Amino acid sequence: MGMAEAILLTIATAATPLLLAAIGELVVERSGVLNLGVEGMMLMGAVTAFGVALMTGNAWLGVVAGALAGLLFSLFFGVLALTLVTNQVATGLALTLLGIGLSGMIGVAFVGQPGVKLEAIFIPGLTELPLVGRLFFGQDPMFYISILLTAGVMWFLFRTRAGLTLRSVGDSHSSAHALGIKVIAIRYMAVMFGGACAGLAGAQLSLVYTTQWIENMTAGRGWIALALVVFASWRPWRVLAGAYLFGAITIAQLHIQATNLADLASLPGPLFWFAGLVKSVPSQFLSALPYLATVIVLVLISRNRRLTMMNTPASLGRPFVPDR
Amino acid sequence: MRLELVKRPQQSALFSALSPFIAFGLMVVAGGVIFLILGKDPVNGLYAYFIEPLTEVWSLHELAIKAAPLILIAVGLSVCFLSSNWNIGAEGQFTIGAIAGSAIPLYFPQFQNGAVLPMMLICGAIGGAAWAAIPAILKARFNTNEILTSLMLVYVAQLILDWLVRGPWRDPAAMSFPQAPAFHSWAIVPELMPMSGRANWGIVLAIVAAVAVWFMLSRTLKGFEVKVIGQSPRAGRFGGFSTARTIVFAFLVSGALAGLAGIVEVSGAIGRLQPQISPGYGFAAIIVAFLGRLNPLGIVAAGFVLALSYLGGEAAQIGIGVTDKTVRAFQGMLLFFVLACDTLIHYRVRLVRPAPAAPPAAAPVTETAHGHG
Repeated sequence: MGMAEAILLTIATAATPLLLAAIGELVVERSGVLNLGVEGMMLMGAVTAFGVALMTGNAWLGVVAGALAGLLFSLFFGVLALTLVTNQVATGLALTLLGIGLSGMIGVAFVGQPGVKLEAIFIPGLTELPLVGRLFFGQDPMFYISILLTAGVMWFLFRTRAGLTLRSVGDSHSSAHALGIKVIAIRYMAVMFGGACAGLAGAQLSLVYTTQWIENMTAGRGWIALALVVFASWRPWRVLAGAYLFGAITIAQLHIQATNLADLASLPGPLFWFAGLVKSVPSQFLSALPYLATVIVLVLISRNRRLTMMNTPASLGRPFVPDR
Repeated sequence: MRLELVKRPQQSALFSALSPFIAFGLMVVAGGVIFLILGKDPVNGLYAYFIEPLTEVWSLHELAIKAAPLILIAVGLSVCFLSSNWNIGAEGQFTIGAIAGSAIPLYFPQFQNGAVLPMMLICGAIGGAAWAAIPAILKARFNTNEILTSLMLVYVAQLILDWLVRGPWRDPAAMSFPQAPAFHSWAIVPELMPMSGRANWGIVLAIVAAVAVWFMLSRTLKGFEVKVIGQSPRAGRFGGFSTARTIVFAFLVSGALAGLAGIVEVSGAIGRLQPQISPGYGFAAIIVAFLGRLNPLGIVAAGFVLALSYLGGEAAQIGIGVTDKTVRAFQGMLLFFVLACDTLIHYRVRLVRPAPAAPPAAAPVTETAHGHG
């Protein structure tokens, strides 16, 4: 396996949890709901997936359990924000704080345990193809799930009647309600879908990315996923591009941290000098890159106020109480 | 059966006053259930958590130590939240405040007199305010989502602290420990009553700040501006108030208080900079702010409640052997219950039982209202 191929594979592994969580949140926000609890739902998914896989020895059961955990956990948000019309920002934050706490509590027994790995697929013949074999036919199942989900969400939102209904609820809940659409029911379904996706993202972290449970192991990925949705102007394919951009940034900084300058001596002069310059930056600043990149990307995208206004679901974050 | 909300013509004064207490009660019940699931006696568990820490003088001192940063941060957050600015990066502003304040004793170790501590506090507040100014200016200037930027800067701030205490500011005498040198005695926040415990003047500072912000919010034009912009930016603009100015003002106040909390914590409770300086005070303070119903005076009381949960977690770990990870779970549940109870202030909640197979026109007659209907 070549160096470039290996790097592309690790980028895909780093991008997949972001893509899974962000594509779920995209559907939630398209229905007009802002759920800031992604980080918490991911953690609940990660700890449940890890625990179930550890106890049953079956990683696939872990994946299913992770998605279910995310889904059930999102209902806490649903009941408060949709039924009791609490402030969505505060409720999402509460979900994240509760998720951090509960997952830490549940995960105490799992700390330091060796986990179960969700193995990459292997198709004789195809996976062994040079160059493209591992990339297209030899990754872990979560990678394929994330790509299929993205394609599915794209098709659902823009090619089906149900998708149109969901977007109409997000753009004007009052008009949708007047047309007899069950606004709250649709939003519940969107929130649960988002929860399941975040749960899957968590499962990817604890079954593929690192096969262990570490408290708070999402390390802000849920928030980066939220930023990706804004960055993508609520378009699925742009979420895909954004997730891979962030995956690339994460992997690039990890590679820089891990590489020895001496190993790069064969590089041409200016490139070697540049590598030396980058290596002289303290590792903490490299670790901060994904977070700083998020801020920069958000600024760039929000600078164009008109474009942002045009793309944002018009009812995003606004509470809806049906008048009867 | 389904739940139906009916908007109250006015906010319910009764539930405004009661909601934090109902929420706390619900959290205690839920906590008991968690203890049952963990296989512990719920009465013992709850006693260890919420009563035991209040029975000894030394732990009352610890309570004051933990309440001080929570109150300081939450009072600032109330200004942000009231003006609809979602600063959730107080943890980062706390960290940068701690760093900025610590720079004085670390860079000028010979400078030892009564002016050191005030200068540290001022630098801490400026540091926190400067860190909060980033999301504020980005929001005011570019309309960038402040929730995400302020949170991202938490991670950046923690990495800066990590770099400092492992790199340029590491104490060479501390072997391989990543920590900065201990502060000299002029740089330490003095203790209130050294005879009986460790509590320091931080708690007094926190209460003074709470009263000052309460006065600002309820008795001055600036406070009125903050609240008007928060409830209706359009109305605020007609009134001649600037949204951008309010954003920056709220973030600066909030950041300064979080920074102050940071330097008070490092100088008073810890005594030096180290990689970990906060058990999540910046996030717990969000809960404090809501539990105190965004009223600085209510926040003082709420700060002690959350401080008690930290102490209770430690006590329960030692006493009955449950993990201290329960603390954050309890705190998260508390915020959920607070938000749910706030619904009662604005709405009547009714359980509606649909009439079995009755024509829709007959439905209102058979509606039965329960609870507060």
